[in-house]
Amino acid sequence: MTMPYYVAPEQVMKDRAEYAQKGIARGRALVGTTYDLGVLIVAENPSSTLHKISEIYDRVAFAGVGRYNEFDQLRVAGVRHADTKGYAYSREDVDARSLANVYAQYLGQVFTHEMKPLEVEILVAELDPLGDAHQLFHIAYDGTVADEQRFTVLGGEADAVAHRMAARFRHGWTLGEAVLACVASLSGPARTLRADDLEIAVLEHGPWRRTFRRVDDHEVTELLKDGEPFEQAASSAAEGEPAAGSLDPSGDKTGDVTTGDAQLD
Amino acid sequence: MSLPLFPSGSDPGPSFTELLRRTRFAGAQIPPGTVSEVVSAAGRQTPGFAVAPISGVTHGTTVVALRYDNGVVVAGDRRATEGNMIAHRSIEKVFPADRHSAVAIAGAAGSASEMVRLFQTQLEHYEKVEGTCLSLEGKANQLGQMVSANLQMAMQGLVVIPLFAGYDLRLKRGRIFTYDVTGGRFEETDFHATGSGGRDAKNTVKLGYRERLGRDEAVELAVTALYEAADEDTATGGPDPVRGIYPVVATVDAEGYRRLEDTEVAERFRNVLERRRERADGGAS
Repeated sequence: MTMPYYVAPEQVMKDRAEYAQKGIARGRALVGTTYDLGVLIVAENPSSTLHKISEIYDRVAFAGVGRYNEFDQLRVAGVRHADTKGYAYSREDVDARSLANVYAQYLGQVFTHEMKPLEVEILVAELDPLGDAHQLFHIAYDGTVADEQRFTVLGGEADAVAHRMAARFRHGWTLGEAVLACVASLSGPARTLRADDLEIAVLEHGPWRRTFRRVDDHEVTELLKDGEPFEQAASSAAEGEPAAGSLDPSGDKTGDVTTGDAQLD
Repeated sequence: MSLPLFPSGSDPGPSFTELLRRTRFAGAQIPPGTVSEVVSAAGRQTPGFAVAPISGVTHGTTVVALRYDNGVVVAGDRRATEGNMIAHRSIEKVFPADRHSAVAIAGAAGSASEMVRLFQTQLEHYEKVEGTCLSLEGKANQLGQMVSANLQMAMQGLVVIPLFAGYDLRLKRGRIFTYDVTGGRFEETDFHATGSGGRDAKNTVKLGYRERLGRDEAVELAVTALYEAADEDTATGGPDPVRGIYPVVATVDAEGYRRLEDTEVAERFRNVLERRRERADGGAS
């Protein structure tokens, strides 16, 4: 019988963390933020059928990055958790905070006790039905939870995207402005993201019980087009980067865009 | 509550009822024991035979559904009875099952509304887990399974007979499904009514029905049917202008489920009454 080598617990944790981080960093990033009517989640996702963003309950949405099969399993478990709870008690008793805690417990459990940690980062967002105190819970692969009220970034190159996002964020902005800023933050100065590279969904105030809505490619194209002047001003002010190429949804660079629109200040 | 995860062999899939069974969630099943215990305690149970309605159980009554050119109308009165007493004047028997279907109930009000709640959750659960809606046929079958799960209680007098109607997005037309106590599912061609005043309501619709009714005419006919049912059946409530309580009337079409405003339903009933009064003045009551 061979004796296993002694490995320091610090080393084990470090190795697992590195492994998980590597897996997550391979995927594209995702941004969640709030806007005047609710919560917006924008993900870079070329697939139109395998979703990163989904509905959990009336006012709760889920988004995940990393390994698809792993975060999808978590998504289904979240739907089950929420539906069971809403059925047992009442629909209004289902909230993101308790769901985020359950996720955190599970992820933490797997991280410390299993061979392989989950290579996922997830976002649980909740719309505040009465005001604008919406909540974004960001749960990392090791079960760490962070709650945000402005914006949060998940996935590969999260720091760079968050940095770009921080320069653009404004409280109470419109859907168009928010979408544009998120897309520009995700793409960075060097790339252009079009509607079919993106998956966008919102939780928005309205007359319906279920507030989750997917923003389809057509609407995204329109939103990106409408917000162009604003974003050009914003990005040049924020970063001093050449704005023209990075945002054009249709890819053709027409010259009839009014820059320096007064919306910024 | 911990995260409901299952090993792949015992995963409940997109079924919510199966999920409840797997999680052994207390009180979640349609035949939950609690009610049947009350029934047996009442000493009225005769094994194998349906018994007369047990006192203390509220019953909902007449519901009607009919097809029009691009959808279906579903309507139900608001009365619940307990034996010969009126238990409630304003209960609702017509519910949206999901965006494109409606379910109307007749029978023991308690089990019926619980069944509707489970059915609604089931449809939404499937949609969220799978990412697509069930077909209308699939929804109708699901409801049939819930009715058959209620059979034991139905034998004890707690009969629940739903009426399911919806807009079939594939066939692009309204469809109506009815059920028997065992969960047998039957598709009606154009219209149906159930409950204590169901026969009167159905006859009224039958006489006024024709192919390709418009939405307005169909609503008018449904309202007339409920009026006639209330006229003949004591357990069916008519319009109540004093309290401002009117039957629930809803339509389902490609746009989805829409419930008519009470003011509009009130207006419809005024028309029906007006016509009746004219006829009475003419000497033919």
